Amino acid sequence: MIRVALPEHLRTLARIQGEVRLEVAGPATQRSLLDALEAGYPMLRGTIRDHVTQRRRAYVRFFACHQDLSNDLPDAPLPDAVAAGAEPFRILGAVAGG
Amino acid sequence: MSGVRVLVGTRKGAFVLSSDGKRARWDVSGPLFGGWEIYHLKGSPVDPDRLYASQSTSWFGQLIQRSNDGGRTWEPMGNQFAYQGDPGTHLWYDGTPHPWAFARVWHLEPSLADPDLVYAGVEDAALFRSSDGARSWQELPGLRACSGSAWQPGAGGMCLHTIVLDPSDPGRIFVAISSAGAFRTDDGGASWRAINRGLRSEQIPNPTAEVGHCVHRIAMHPSRPNVLFMQKHWDVMRSDDAGDNWREVSGNLPSDFGFPIEVHAHEPDTIYVVPIKSDSEHYPPDGKLRVYRSRTGGNEWEALTQGLPQRDCYLNVLRDATAVDSLDPCGIYFGTSGGQVYASADAGDRWAPIVRDLPPVLSVEVQTLP
Repeated sequence: MIRVALPEHLRTLARIQGEVRLEVAGPATQRSLLDALEAGYPMLRGTIRDHVTQRRRAYVRFFACHQDLSNDLPDAPLPDAVAAGAEPFRILGAVAGG
Repeated sequence: MSGVRVLVGTRKGAFVLSSDGKRARWDVSGPLFGGWEIYHLKGSPVDPDRLYASQSTSWFGQLIQRSNDGGRTWEPMGNQFAYQGDPGTHLWYDGTPHPWAFARVWHLEPSLADPDLVYAGVEDAALFRSSDGARSWQELPGLRACSGSAWQPGAGGMCLHTIVLDPSDPGRIFVAISSAGAFRTDDGGASWRAINRGLRSEQIPNPTAEVGHCVHRIAMHPSRPNVLFMQKHWDVMRSDDAGDNWREVSGNLPSDFGFPIEVHAHEPDTIYVVPIKSDSEHYPPDGKLRVYRSRTGGNEWEALTQGLPQRDCYLNVLRDATAVDSLDPCGIYFGTSGGQVYASADAGDRWAPIVRDLPPVLSVEVQTLP
C-alpha cells in the first residue's frame, strides 16, 4: 500500500480528505503510482501529468523522504520507504513568489 | 416571477448572483472552485439548469465542470483538448515557427438547440466541440487550416475568445481570435474563411491584411444574424453582410479602444461599448467609468454615467465581462478588473454595483429565468 499526499486543490477536486492509499501493480514507480491514482480518481487526469506525453506538469513537484523526485525518470523505483508505505509520496504545486 | 442569474468568472473562482425580475436585491453565492481561474461559465439556452465552466490554473492545468442543477452541484468532465493530427506550427513572437500547444479554454458556447452540444474556444487558438455534454472534445481543424500557420500571438496569447452561433442557420458559426481576426464557417465547422475585409490595423505591417487583426469581441442580435458588431483593438466596426465587409462606426466615442461590445436584447440597433484610453493604458479615459450606448447601430454614442464612478477610476472591463438579460426593460451587466459587478435594470440609464470586492472579473454571463 502506497501513501500519496495531494495538494489542497486536487484533494478538493477528487473529494479526498487526508492521504490516498493505493495498491500499485508491479514495481513501485512514479508511472505505476500515477496510473493507479488516475484509475481510482479519473478527475485527476491531466492535472499532474500531460494526458498524452505523460510528462509532469511544469509547476507540479514530487517529494518523498526529504528528496525532490520531480526529475526522476517515470520508471525509476520509488524509495523503499514509499514503496513500503512508511513514507508518503508528496505531490504539490511549486512555490510561486510575487 | 421571472428572475436572473448572473454567472461571474474571476481570477480566484466563480460567483453566482441571483435576483428576481426587479433586479434590485441580490443574493451573492460563491466562491465556487475557490482559488482557480474561471475564464468563463455559461448556461445552455435550452436548459437553464445545464451550466458549463472553464476552470484552470498554471499548476494543474485545465478542467471543465458541468452542472445539471443550475449551479448547486458540479461534476468534472473531460479535459483532454488534443489538436487533431499533427498540429504543425504557428508563428512565435520572434517570427519563427512554434509548435501548437494547448494552454486553456477561454470561452464555452453551448448550442442554441442541444444542451449536450457545446463549443470551446482555446489558446493556442482552435475551436473544439463536444456532443456528449463535455465528456469528450474534438477539434474542428478546418479553422486552423485556414491560414493558422501564419497566425502570431499578441501580448495576451493566441486565444480563440469569441464564438457566435447563428440562430437562423445551424451551419454558420463566427469566431474571433486575438491577433488573427474574425472567421466564419457556413458548413458547421468543416471549412472556414477569414472575414476581415474593411478592418484596418496600423499595428501590423499591412494594415489591411486578410489576417493579423486583433479582434477583441463580436456581438450579434439574434433577430438579425447578418448584422455583426465588433470591438477591435482600436475601432468599433459593423458588418451588414455576415462579416463579408466591415465599416467603422466609432463616431464620437472618446476612445475607440476597448474590449467588450454588447447588443440590447430587444433593440437590434442599440449597442454598448466600454471605451478604454489606449492599448498601452488599459483604463477608462479621464478616470471616468463610462459605458457608451448607441441607439443607431453605431456612429452616434451617448455616455452612460449615472451610478458609475466618475473620478479616480482606473480599472478595465475584459472582453467576456459584459452581458444582457432578456427582461423588459433590458438589463445590462459588466464586471471589472477591480472586482465590481455593475448592473443596470433600465438598459444602461442607471447603474448600481451588485457586488464590489470580488477578485478581478474575467467573464459575466446572464441567464433570464422563467
